Amino acid sequence: MNDDSPMLQVAQLTKTYRLAAGPLTVLRAVSFDIAAGATVAIVGPSGSGKTTLLGLCAGLDRPTAGTVSVAGTAIGGLDEDARARVRNAHIGFVFQNFQLIPTLTALENVLVPVELAGDFGREPEARALLARVGLGERSAHYPGQLSGGEQQRVALARAFMNRPKILFCDEPTGNLDDDTAAAMVELIFGLNRERGTTLVLVTHNLELAARCQRLIRLKGGAVLSDERAGPAA
Amino acid sequence: MNFILQLAWRDSRASRRRLVLVSLSVVLGIAALVGIGSLADNLRRTVAQQTKALLGADLTLSARAPFPAEAEAYFRTLGGERANEVALGTMVSFPTRGNQRRLVQVRALEGNFPFYGELVTTPAGARAQLASGRGALLEETLLVQYGVQVGDEVTIGRGSFVVVGALQKIPGESAALALFSPRIYVPRAALEATGLLQGKTFLTYRAHFKLPAARDPELLVRELKAKFRAQRWQYATLEERKRDLGHALQDAGAFLSLVGFVALFLGAVGVASAMHVYIRQKLTTVAVLRCLGASARTSFAVYLVQGAGVGAVGAVLGSVLGVGIQLLLPAVLRDFLPFAVEFSVSWPAVGQGALAGLVLCLLFTLLPLLAVRRVSPLLAIRSAQGEAAPADPWRLVLLGVMAAAVLGFAVGQTGRWTTGLGFTLMMAAGFGTLAGVAQLVAWAARRFGPRPSLPYVWRQGLANLHRPNNRTVLLLLSLGLGTFLLLTLVLTRQTLVHKLVGIGGGARPNLMFFDIQEDQSARLTALVQAQGAPVLALAPIVTMRLTALRGRSAEDLLKDDRSGIPAWTLRREYRSTYRRELTDTERVTAGQFIGHVAPGERRVPVSVENSLAKDLQLQLNDSLVFDVQGVPVEAYVASLRDVEWQRLQPNFFLVFPAGVLEPAPQTLVAAVHAATPAESARIQRAVAQEFPGISSLDLSLLLTTVTGLLAKVSFVVTFMAAFTVVTGVIVLAGAVLTGRYQRIRETVLLRTLGATRRQLRQIQLVEYAVLGGLAAVTGGGLAVAANALLAHFVFQTPFRLSPLVLGTAVAASVVVTVTTGLVANRGIVDHPPLEVLRQET
Repeated sequence: MNDDSPMLQVAQLTKTYRLAAGPLTVLRAVSFDIAAGATVAIVGPSGSGKTTLLGLCAGLDRPTAGTVSVAGTAIGGLDEDARARVRNAHIGFVFQNFQLIPTLTALENVLVPVELAGDFGREPEARALLARVGLGERSAHYPGQLSGGEQQRVALARAFMNRPKILFCDEPTGNLDDDTAAAMVELIFGLNRERGTTLVLVTHNLELAARCQRLIRLKGGAVLSDERAGPAA
Repeated sequence: MNFILQLAWRDSRASRRRLVLVSLSVVLGIAALVGIGSLADNLRRTVAQQTKALLGADLTLSARAPFPAEAEAYFRTLGGERANEVALGTMVSFPTRGNQRRLVQVRALEGNFPFYGELVTTPAGARAQLASGRGALLEETLLVQYGVQVGDEVTIGRGSFVVVGALQKIPGESAALALFSPRIYVPRAALEATGLLQGKTFLTYRAHFKLPAARDPELLVRELKAKFRAQRWQYATLEERKRDLGHALQDAGAFLSLVGFVALFLGAVGVASAMHVYIRQKLTTVAVLRCLGASARTSFAVYLVQGAGVGAVGAVLGSVLGVGIQLLLPAVLRDFLPFAVEFSVSWPAVGQGALAGLVLCLLFTLLPLLAVRRVSPLLAIRSAQGEAAPADPWRLVLLGVMAAAVLGFAVGQTGRWTTGLGFTLMMAAGFGTLAGVAQLVAWAARRFGPRPSLPYVWRQGLANLHRPNNRTVLLLLSLGLGTFLLLTLVLTRQTLVHKLVGIGGGARPNLMFFDIQEDQSARLTALVQAQGAPVLALAPIVTMRLTALRGRSAEDLLKDDRSGIPAWTLRREYRSTYRRELTDTERVTAGQFIGHVAPGERRVPVSVENSLAKDLQLQLNDSLVFDVQGVPVEAYVASLRDVEWQRLQPNFFLVFPAGVLEPAPQTLVAAVHAATPAESARIQRAVAQEFPGISSLDLSLLLTTVTGLLAKVSFVVTFMAAFTVVTGVIVLAGAVLTGRYQRIRETVLLRTLGATRRQLRQIQLVEYAVLGGLAAVTGGGLAVAANALLAHFVFQTPFRLSPLVLGTAVAASVVVTVTTGLVANRGIVDHPPLEVLRQET
């Protein structure tokens, strides 16, 4: 991939579920490119297809039609394990409901992406990331011993642990109170800036979306608008 | 790999106690297999070590007549040492106990038998007193049963003997034999005084040989068979005894192992069920791992390692417990073992039991684990997937492998494909039926749900039977199987006892006299009738041997390996009768029964019992030649009969017509009906006084014997079945504990909404009581069905249902289920709602 090519390329993306009641199309011919280092928010009402689009872009699911390329790799045709390798190498995730593994400590949670890849010497880096998100003292704590905001910060540290090229955030502040959410947003954008990561953020929160450079609006499974939003990176 | 092991270990942190609990499900099954396997190894080793003590001699010959002079002369050339024995079935009476009588086997010894091993007696060394004089060694059970002591007098025939000791162990014979015919040893020289050698009592003459080292017993048997072809002796050598014993031990070991395997299988089902719940709770974690880049194989491997860990913990705990159980088994099996067994841990058996447990546990863990491979990473960002997953073909493959594993185990244990296949099919049918009924119950609970008019706690308790994540199938399976096994044992025992009681019911014979000499029959009939009891049947018995059939000699057929005719049917001495008509226990199925022929008839029409005809491959009109005590009698098959053998009545394989056998030496057997036990005892006493040589068999004695044997057998089987029953309770406890967290959440929600603790406890009570009751009804229903089939096809007797037994089973099952459920769920209603609700956010 050369420097000018987009980090994420989506072309004519369509997703149809075959349900017992009949087929249900939730995404219709969605296309856009996202440049490396860009920050993009995908917004839209419930049922507009935001989460489905995020899942397809991150290689969590396969499209019914259309293509997705992440960091120059077309992932639509790959099998699940090959897509898993792409995720491990290039992608970071932050989920609305944190999704920490409850049986692992904060530090162990952060280390999972690198240890999965067979890289076992990265503990100092994981500790540094935890310190960066303000949880240096809580590395031995289990998710159940942390507040929602703290859990989300561990999740953020984990998302950056494999030095991803692109970070997908699914309603990262959806389960947090205003103050905690604001601190979380600062951390996301701060780390994104420091590490030059491409950020794709799915949210209902227009205030948060406005912090991104670009805003893609979805409605009924199609792109309603694709416009420049907040400050340039 | 490193990551897989590391994550498997880390991920198990919060669940280790739970996983250990899951592993307990297979502990008893593995313990049973290890214990039995180890015992079998010890028995094999003991058989190999005790060698000569198994027979007490190098070679034993048995004959129905004294050995001819020619044979005696040949025996003297063999060198070594010889002991003689005359054995006969007769009555012993105990003068110190009001002349009570008992049918026994008297063995009159001359010489130093046993040459190897010893007759174990109390007091020790009492065997030496049999060298001469009038001492008698009585089986210990006889002494206990009749309250006889050393020094007391007993009477055999017309002879009187002094009890010199109690017989505890005879080389190569098990104590269970004593139930049928307790043994009494007396000096050979003292037998003459009993008067039993004179009449026509059936005697067995045995010659025990201790051969010089250079003589090979097996070769000698071949030599004797060739040299004394006309003699139909029975030969027992050490090798043969070892072979027979080895086969019997293998069969018994295989049977017990299969019973143990049922416990292991049930435990593995419990593991699969617990792992299913466990894996469901881990699906989100798996989805997150997939999001972070874990392959399907990696996430599958993480939980496979945990499943293997469960199996390994179960295998270790089961092996330790199995070694402990091995120390218990000798006490359980004491009466069935022909020798004392020294116990040591058999590591191969431990390994095999542990491996069987581990493999089965892994296979059953794989079943719920298959789902892990198909977890979509999308599950991390949305709770439900849009499309239903198609059926997993690996599931079918796995079920096939599991069936093959069961089959492999059963075939490996029994050494027979047919038995192994039968066991596998029975397991499939048993578990399938129980699971099917359980599914039906869950479906019915949903379909016909509790009525709105029922109190709330009842509706809630009943709804728990079918709501998502219910444990109905597993609980009905585990409890139902336990109830089924135990009830089947109890009902089978009852059926058999009922059948025996029924044998002498109405005016049917319940007392038999045999060894009646011809000149005694009229006096005996008069004597018995004078006591107020009718003689219902009086049948002559003539002994004979089969020398030829369909033109081929018995010798010739015996040598022909391909004849397909069992050797015993050609070698045995037939005790046949003659009469003019059929009795009410017989029914002709082919040909015509001919009851009388003119004296001098060249070919005698004989009626042959169907099972014997099948063994001898006989058809109507086939020719037969009998040797009736030296006189050849030509005969042909005139009719085939079915016989109700179970009736206490003189029944025969071969019935001759009147007019042929009358001149032959014969004894008679009489069947009598005594109205009460007191009358039976009075008649027996009167007959014993008048005719000391006549033996009697009382139905009540037979009943005592059979119930005694049934008690011993069912104790062993119940001991083994207990492994399954306790496994069922462990599986039940495991299932309740596995669902505990879910229960806590529901309980907290109900409490938040205003439910009292009393209501919550009542909901639990209703659910477990209904489950326990359903399990008992399901298991009980299957046990009743199985017993009805057994009664009809195997025991051929009407099936009787005991409401008391069924009621007790239902009550016990309900109590066990409710107790286990409440204990495993204790404290749930005390959880502060806030604590749980906080965890939810």
